[in-house]
Amino acid sequence: MSSHPQSAAHGQPMVHEHIVPVSTYLAVFITLLIATGLTTWVAFQDLGNWNVVVALVIAVCKASLVVLFFMHAKYNKGLSRIVLVGAVFWLGIMITFTLADELTRHWQISPQPWAGAIIPVIHRLLF
Amino acid sequence: MSDAALAHGDNPTGFAHQFEDLEQQHDAGRMGMWIFLATEILFFGGMFTAYTVYRSLHPQAFLLGSHILEVKFGAINTAVLICSSFTMAMAIRSAQTGKRKGAIIGWLIPTMLLGATFLFLKFRFEWYHDYIEHTMPGFGFHYKPEWGAHAPQVQMFMCFYFFMTGLHALHMIVGIGILLVLTCMAARGRFTSQYYAPLEISGLYWHFVDIVWIFLFPLLYLIRY
Repeated sequence: MSSHPQSAAHGQPMVHEHIVPVSTYLAVFITLLIATGLTTWVAFQDLGNWNVVVALVIAVCKASLVVLFFMHAKYNKGLSRIVLVGAVFWLGIMITFTLADELTRHWQISPQPWAGAIIPVIHRLLF
Repeated sequence: MSDAALAHGDNPTGFAHQFEDLEQQHDAGRMGMWIFLATEILFFGGMFTAYTVYRSLHPQAFLLGSHILEVKFGAINTAVLICSSFTMAMAIRSAQTGKRKGAIIGWLIPTMLLGATFLFLKFRFEWYHDYIEHTMPGFGFHYKPEWGAHAPQVQMFMCFYFFMTGLHALHMIVGIGILLVLTCMAARGRFTSQYYAPLEISGLYWHFVDIVWIFLFPLLYLIRY
């Protein structure tokens, strides 16, 4: 930090941050603990393909609580929110585009009925 | 501000002269931390993406691999990290509300201890156990007969497990180091209700590391069906 003699004279206006009440922090804290118990319990229930969906929904809810209240994103304004949204958006691009490639690699392209009929015709006309 | 700090020539307000005022300085610092966290999201995101691809290719092996891990340790450690996020938030709040430095330190020390508890459980009961049981890739990984043809992919799952939890643990160690510095700063009376930006910015980092674990826990430990 600067020890410039003038700096103490600046320092105005005061920092006016929203102070989150202890009750809000406690409520978020207890909700997070309950959600941890819930996600552990639900993992042992056979929901088929929905197990991973439920686990991720609970994880996203927990992460949102941490971001909004513990990290004060709910009370922040402007740019730092844009950075957060941008980061999540780019993460979405990385995962979506990677899966769009990976999950479609083994798709079989089935010949269309009309193609089976028309290709010999074209072949005969040209050759 | 303590007299000792003034005597050492410290700036009592923590104000750096290149900024218009403390509020702008505070906003700039927080903004910088969010940009760093954006890079961290994409850094961990690369591993989460790789995890997603391999899990979609080998779902059965990931199921078998997840059974190597003990849910109780994952769940306890999740709770430990959530507690540490709460104590971190309270440390910042006590600075914001102008509490005595003892109150700030009184929240910072439990935060560090909870972080250390997480690492102790992870190293002592999980990784050490994996090492003994030969389920640590690179340290004599033994295929188990019940894995059958999936064994190489189970080993792949354990690679994901060690890289993801390893990088997370590295972030925890860095975080505890940052908390030590903050505790020293608090002990020297550096924080006031007007100047607590280092606390808040380090808090953002600490909460981010908690969020990474919130996703790691269900993705690694909770594959049961």
